[in-house]
Amino acid sequence: MNRVALAGNPNVGKSTLFNALTGLRQHTGNWAGKTVATARGSYTYEGQEYQLIDLPGTYSLAAHSQEEAVARDFIESGQADGVVVVCDATCLERNLILVLQVLELTGKVLVCVNLMDEAERLGVQVDLPALSQRLGVPVVGTAGGRQDGLEELKKAIAALVSSEAPAVPERAPAERVTLAERYAAQVVRSRSAQRLRRQRRIDRLLTSKATGIPLMLLLFGLVVWLTVAGANFPSALLTELFARIGAVLEGWLAGAPAWLRGLLLDGVYRVTAWVVAVMLPPMAIFFPLFTLLEDLGYLPRAAFVMDHAFQRAKTCGKQCLTMCMSLGCNACGVTGCRIIDSPRERLIAILTSSLVPCNGKFPTLIALITIFFVGGRTGLLASLEGAALLLGTLVLGVAGTLGCSRLLSATVLKGVPSSFALELPPFRKPRVGQVIVRSMLDRTLFVLGRAVSVAAPAGAFIWLMANLTVGDASLLAHCTGFLDPFARLFGLDGVILMAFILGWPANEIVLPVMLMAYLATGSLVEFDDLAALGALLGEHGWTWLTAVCAMLFSLFHWPCSTTCLTIYKETGSVKWTALSVAIPTALGLGLCLVVSTAARLLGLA
Amino acid sequence: MYETLCLSALPEGESAYVTEVNAAPAMDRRLTDLGLVRGTRVTCVLRSPAGDPCAYLIRGALIALRRSDAEGITLERRAQEQPARAVAT
Repeated sequence: MNRVALAGNPNVGKSTLFNALTGLRQHTGNWAGKTVATARGSYTYEGQEYQLIDLPGTYSLAAHSQEEAVARDFIESGQADGVVVVCDATCLERNLILVLQVLELTGKVLVCVNLMDEAERLGVQVDLPALSQRLGVPVVGTAGGRQDGLEELKKAIAALVSSEAPAVPERAPAERVTLAERYAAQVVRSRSAQRLRRQRRIDRLLTSKATGIPLMLLLFGLVVWLTVAGANFPSALLTELFARIGAVLEGWLAGAPAWLRGLLLDGVYRVTAWVVAVMLPPMAIFFPLFTLLEDLGYLPRAAFVMDHAFQRAKTCGKQCLTMCMSLGCNACGVTGCRIIDSPRERLIAILTSSLVPCNGKFPTLIALITIFFVGGRTGLLASLEGAALLLGTLVLGVAGTLGCSRLLSATVLKGVPSSFALELPPFRKPRVGQVIVRSMLDRTLFVLGRAVSVAAPAGAFIWLMANLTVGDASLLAHCTGFLDPFARLFGLDGVILMAFILGWPANEIVLPVMLMAYLATGSLVEFDDLAALGALLGEHGWTWLTAVCAMLFSLFHWPCSTTCLTIYKETGSVKWTALSVAIPTALGLGLCLVVSTAARLLGLA
Repeated sequence: MYETLCLSALPEGESAYVTEVNAAPAMDRRLTDLGLVRGTRVTCVLRSPAGDPCAYLIRGALIALRRSDAEGITLERRAQEQPARAVAT
């Protein structure tokens, strides 16, 4: 088998090319250094098998960062039968610096000038034969996600592995830059293109003083609104479908003992069905939309606009990107913090990662907003109102992240912000089909699968707690009763607090646990209708204040078990993991205490 | 005579050439990787809402730098670069 490494700068479409060659699905982001782990895949060409190793995207091979060390070590180790350096045709000069550096390590190099189609649209032409002559290695042109040039690339790779070529002597870094400049001047022809001017105009609109922040809020608001407005109908359909399946299951289990029927049907099945019905629709809308923003190249612009705030918090501007990842799933956000180079700033980003609500919290937040603040109404205006409130909750999460980051910078993680350079890649036309497939497979199904695998045993556990009686009350009632006085101090009640505790494995099950406990029947009844849910909560003493406090606590409380585990893995420290639990919990309890006390003192509730 | 200024003072839409880079070793290396060395032409393309950071066109790529980092980079404006607005965009 032949082994070939793929190297290149971040954002050159390396992972997309990797996918196109191997057919393996792998997530590709639009920001610097996303591919941190080394991905492998294989393909067959003319009866020969080739293994591709997707090295992390780097600007250099100087081994100053983890990614660079990985890439350099692999190329130097001689494990590869050849290295393909992927370049961005729209920005060839900068990319050539890395090519020259690779050529100093090995002579078995193939240069793949990718994104030729983008370059053409931007008025950039690259003379590939001339480039090949200058560099002394073969050069092929490709066009990213499309099939253009793929056959030629495979053919060139086949020739590469059987070639022999020595490395060139090492040059000084500045020398490489000068050489890249000279080569680029000789092989790149660019004429001022209408398209480039338009890109700059859009960029200016997205980042200017007057429009940058409003447009950012508008874009995120639009995503949130589409999620809120679009999720209702499929949710109702799914609930109905699951009710029917439930009825069939009930028939099958008719002969089983009552406890088994209760455990399986009322516990496992109903909780799992609830999680799927309320989670799947918002996720299936949110993730593709968000991936679309990412694919367009908007997220680095958002980080650019937000950077000043992070600077004031004395942290890295890339934290905005990890915060966006947390919006999908906090655990993904924690892993994403690897893109931050400074250890101090990475730790701050990890510790504050659970302060933005993940997708699993959306259903609870949306339900509470709809019942208590939109008055259960439906229609365009109501969904806009709901979206605005959810956006407000997100903004509060961002404010919490900034505040806590600042606090950490001033106390346990003192320091000055490190230097960093953030690349704003050109806007790219999103590949809508790929975006949907990728966000469904990699994100939606992944997160849903995890939630379901947690919800099923949790459903059984909660059913047991609600049905095993000690003395005159169930275990669950004992627990909620015990927690009640404490919880009331914070504007909550024992059931709410217990639901958050039992919801540790997955935030999605918090609302179903609450319902089970309130209904005291020990099982979840179908609530396809939010009005019925509102009535139930009202019966148990919920006011607008309870809803506000429950939302605040939902926004700020301990990270879910998966996130805690990920934080432990990333930091390797029990102490930092404990702090990552303590920070959001203290913030949530503190806010609830202040809000509920203030409301009571002012006689508002 | 060439006019000297630091990168953070480069007005939006204007270009100049790098004469000196004063940065912490890690940042200096990163800037070299990005192709920012003495003699490199830099154009200020975008200014964020707060005026800091700014995004610069460096060898065909748009790179955002904070003011504190841009302050360490000295530029000179060459006479023919003065009316460079059209080129910058």
